[in-house]
Formats: sequence, structure tokens, C-alpha cells
Amino acid sequence: MTFLQIIFLLFAAVILGSALMVVTTRNMIHAALWLIAALFGVAAVYALLNAGFLAVVQVVVYIGAIAILFIFAVMLTRREMRDKGPQLNKNWWMAALISVVTFGGLFGLLSNWAGFSKTAAEIPAGLDAVEQLGIALVSPDAYVLPFEVASILLLAALIGAVYVAFNKE
Amino acid sequence: MTFWTDPINFVADWLMGVFTGWGMAEGLAGVLIALIGIFALVTFAMLLDILLVWVERKVVARFQDRLGPNRVGPFGIFQPFADIVKLLIKEDITPIGADKIIYNLAPIFSLMSVLLLWAILPFAPKIFGVDLNVGLLYIVAAGAIGTLSIIMAGWASNNKYALMGAFRTVAQMISYEIPMVVALLIPTLLAGTMGVNGIVESQGIWFVVLSPLGALIFVISAIAELGRSPFDLNEAESEIVAGFHIEYTGMKFGLFYAGELLHAFTFGGFISVLFFGGYRFFGLENFGPIVAAVIFLLKALFFYWVIMWVKYTVPRVRIDHMLAFNWKFLTPLAFVLLMVTALVSKLLAGASAGWHAAGLFLANVVVGWLTIEILKAHARRQREREETPAQPAVQAAQH
Amino acid sequence: MQNPWIYIGLFILVGMMIPAMALMIARLIAPRKPNPIKQSTYECGIETVGDSWVQFKAQYYIFALVFLVFDVETVFLFPWAVAFDKLPLFAALEGILFILILISGLVYAWRKGALEWM
Repeated sequence: MTFLQIIFLLFAAVILGSALMVVTTRNMIHAALWLIAALFGVAAVYALLNAGFLAVVQVVVYIGAIAILFIFAVMLTRREMRDKGPQLNKNWWMAALISVVTFGGLFGLLSNWAGFSKTAAEIPAGLDAVEQLGIALVSPDAYVLPFEVASILLLAALIGAVYVAFNKE
Repeated sequence: MTFWTDPINFVADWLMGVFTGWGMAEGLAGVLIALIGIFALVTFAMLLDILLVWVERKVVARFQDRLGPNRVGPFGIFQPFADIVKLLIKEDITPIGADKIIYNLAPIFSLMSVLLLWAILPFAPKIFGVDLNVGLLYIVAAGAIGTLSIIMAGWASNNKYALMGAFRTVAQMISYEIPMVVALLIPTLLAGTMGVNGIVESQGIWFVVLSPLGALIFVISAIAELGRSPFDLNEAESEIVAGFHIEYTGMKFGLFYAGELLHAFTFGGFISVLFFGGYRFFGLENFGPIVAAVIFLLKALFFYWVIMWVKYTVPRVRIDHMLAFNWKFLTPLAFVLLMVTALVSKLLAGASAGWHAAGLFLANVVVGWLTIEILKAHARRQREREETPAQPAVQAAQH
Repeated sequence: MQNPWIYIGLFILVGMMIPAMALMIARLIAPRKPNPIKQSTYECGIETVGDSWVQFKAQYYIFALVFLVFDVETVFLFPWAVAFDKLPLFAALEGILFILILISGLVYAWRKGALEWM
């Protein structure tokens, strides 16, 4: 096992552990903070894959914006609105069974698939991935349409949020 | 390669020879050398931070027509060490109902988010921590961790003032992040890279000439990101006492304070890197990396002084003014400037560097002039609207 | 070093260790004599009333939403800006169109009064 693999396993454990804490902790702010830990773990995995751009975007957008939005949303609620009910119902073993079976099935399928064990091609030296991404985003034979549609989608999200918040009558 | 042309790699190679001579694996030795370098860099940052406490206190004293610390050592230079001893022996009080783990983690994260910026700070052509090709977004990402630490501090203190201060700070930091990021896009666009080293290298003509308005927007939004006056509503002594760090005592408060000062200095460094040529100073940087590093630190200190100058001159703004200034003025202006810069830069792509710079400068002047005209017209309308309903009331009183 | 992010990872570790060490030293030196009055919540000397989890204005949430949209937008613009020198004129205009579409969103929010602090 190489040094990088050990680090990867460490971060995978952090992601899984934090994700578990998000759903089991009762304190909503703690849940949001554990979510941030999980998202940070994902950013670290991107960084290990040498995908620096995705790693920083993960931190900027998910931790810097979405997690802040979650915390604001939690703060807008009152303490009395906290969930006090039991965390498990009587069918929990069924859900656990289904998830274990699904995980086993996916694991079995993927381990037989050739693409799973293939290592990715080496990135040629001197290639600026961000620049390539930029060229692809606005090139007409690549992703220019999705790029502009993303803008429309963001516009729709903004208008929707403002409309919902301000049309009380 | 000698020590004077490339000090960092010279020392690193020498250490590599020593470590491998001891029979250490090359990979492990590399990690160890990186760790030693990081320790040296962080220690330098912290020592500089101690000096900054003295600089800050001395400069604010001069602005307020006082002498400042002058008892401990020559010119009071040992005052910050006395401050540290005081912070260390102060009792550490944790308020009742505080969320202990988060409460203790917040100051650590706060200082860490600032120290992280030092990893990419380019002191000289070959003196820097690491050259990330996504350097500018990395600055924003480190800022996101800083925002997080403030939320953690405000929430974990179990104090109304702290929570209010944290909310205000976060609203301000996320708002001013937009013009700041757009201002960061302008050097990216002009240099064709996000790496800070590449940006410094491509500044044959300083970017402040190519985009004076962009530099101004960056300085304003950087001051807001730092939470310094006139944008210090997060601390607002007269309203919410101290804001998010109200319940922190002793060294924990010291970490927040140290983080704030170092953050201001680091942003001074980034202002010089992005718009004022970083370590470049009319060919003086060619005398070697050490000279370049001194130039860079002096420039960073100068912009740190500018930030202090603004801080001690301008009074605090109100929260609605702060938000309106950002969303109704700074953000639209930044986007318009980005579009104009992109358009002019593309249209003048074939021209020589001189004409390119002149065109961009002219475009900035036009945008700035139009902005001022629009603001004047808006202010005139506002005045007329306020004056018109007042007149009938006066007439009614006369009758 | 092949992956610069390992350096950043080490930097995060050291960056957390140095402040933590400062807190450790303070913990060893500083006196600790807690009592309930000392540890009570500081509210300028007045007894604190009610929960510290006060209700916040929904306005904060609106600003966070607007911020989120623009944050995602700028992330899309960074690769465009990096590749700018190598793009033809119409590709540069596509980026400008992208910005214009989103500015119309800002104008809508402005007209609706979402940017007023009430």
C-alpha cells in the first residue's frame, strides 16, 4: 500500500464517519458542522486526484456558500422546533438489510467491471486543466450550450427564491 | 545554483543530501523537508504578527495624536511581548452553556485560515511555499474557512451578542465576497492564469494601470472581508460589545486578534501581488530573490498601512448601508467592469502592449466617469424627492 | 513534490498545530478558578433573559441565497478567464452573455426589493 492510498483511506473514513454523524446527531448545528467535515473530506479526495480546481470549488461553493446557507436556515428555526422523536422506527433492520445488499451488489458488479481496476492515463506535463476546461466551456463544438443553460438555471433559481420570499399577498 | 540566486532550493537540496546520507527514503525526506519549510514560514509569519501588534498600536496612536507604547524597550518595541505574557497568564473562562469543543476549535480555525494564505504568498521569484494553478480560488477557499470559524465562535459562546455579531459578519463576508471574486477575475483574465506567481510574472505593466477601478474594488471588498472599520459592524463596541469573540479570554482572544492583524497584512500582500506587481519594482527585483522578498514585504507593509489609514479615518457604516453599498453599487460596478475589460482586451488583442494598456486604462476612466455621473444624477433625484413634500408642510404652517 | 496538495495538507496540519500549542501553553500557565458568576453569560452586567438562540431576520437567508447564485456563477467564470487569451471574439462574448443573464437576475431581485434591509 502506498502513502497516497493510506491518506485516501483516512479521508474515506472521515467522510463516512462524518456522514453518519450528520444523520445521527440531534443537535442541528452539530449536524451542519459534521456535514462540512464530510464535504471537506470530499475536497481532500479531489485534491489527492490532482483535481485542484474541483477541490477549491468544493470548498468555496459547498463549505463557503451552501453550508452557510444551511446554518442560516437552522438559525431561523426555533429551539422548540427540534426533532424530539425516536431516531429509529421498527423497520430499521429492513432498511439496513436493503442497504447492505445494495452495497454488496454494487461492489460485486464493479469489481467484475474492467474499467474499475484500470488506472487513469497520466496527465501530460505542462497541460493546464483549468485552461482546457475554459476552452471547452465556451467552444461551440463542446459545452457552450450547457454553459449558457447553467446561467439560465442560476437565473431561474434566483428569481424563484426572490419570488417565494417576497410574494406574500 | 548558489544561496543568493535560489535560497530555498539550495537549502532544500542540502537537507536532502543530509537526510538521504542518513539512509532515509527520498519520499520521507521530501515530506520532512517540506515540514521544516512550513515550520519556518509559519514561525516567520507569527514573529511578523508580533511586530504587527506594535506597528498597529504605534500607527493608531499617531493617527489619534498620541505617542503609543513607549515604555518597554526602545520606542516600546517590546510591548507586544509583554502583551503575550499578559494573554498567557490571563484566566481562561468558558461560559456556562458553551459548546466546549466548537468553542475551543473556533480560534484555532480562525488563525489557521489566515496562515493557509501564506502557503501561496509569492515573496520572490523562487521564494514561495507552493505554486498552485488555482491560487486565486484558494484565497477564496481559505476565506470560507475563516467565515466558518466566526460562525462556530458565535454559536458556541451561547451569548446573544456573539451570535448577532457572527451573523452580521457572515452576512458581510459573503456579500463582499462577490465583488472581491469578480475583482480577482480581472487579473486572471489579463494574466491568463490563476496562479499568483504567474500573475506577478505577467505584470510587465502593473495591473493597477490596466484596471485602476478593479484595484479599488478589490481594496474596498478586501477591507470588508477583513471586517475592519468602516466595515467593523461585527465588533461594533457600542452596539454588540465585541461581537463573535465577546466570551473569549486570554490566549483564545489572542488568537483571534493575531489572526485579524495577520489577515490584514496578508491581504496587503495580495493587493500588491494582484495589482501592484508583487515583488517587481522597476527592475530592482533582478538583484536577487532576497532583494525581491524585501520589496514584496515593504509593499505589503505599505498596503497594510493603507488599510489602517482607512480604518482610523472612516467611521462605521450601518448594516443596511453596508449591504446596499455592496449589492447596489459595488457588485454591479464590478460586473460591468469585468465585461468592459473582457471586451476591450479582446478587441485590442492584436495591438502592442502599450496601446493595449492605454485602451484598458481609458475604458476604466470612462466606466468610472459614467459611474460618478449616474451617482450624481441619483443623488439629485433623491434630494428633490426629499425636498418636494416638505414645501406644502411649511406653507400649511404659515397659514 | 508531485502533488502540491500534499504540501497544502501538511500546511493545514502545521497551521492547526501552532495555535493549538499556544492554547496548550496558556492552559498550563493560566490560573483556573471557575465560579458560576464568572462563567455567566456576559450581557453588560444585566442578568440574561431567555434563550441565547434568538430569532433572526429572514433577510439574512435571502442574502445568502443571492450570494450562493453569484458564487456558483463566478466559479464558472474562472476557467473562462484563464483561457481568455486563447479564445476567439465570439467565445469572449459568450462569457459576457453569461454575465448579462445573471445581472438580469440581480436587477429582478433589486426591483422586487429583495436587496432592501427591512
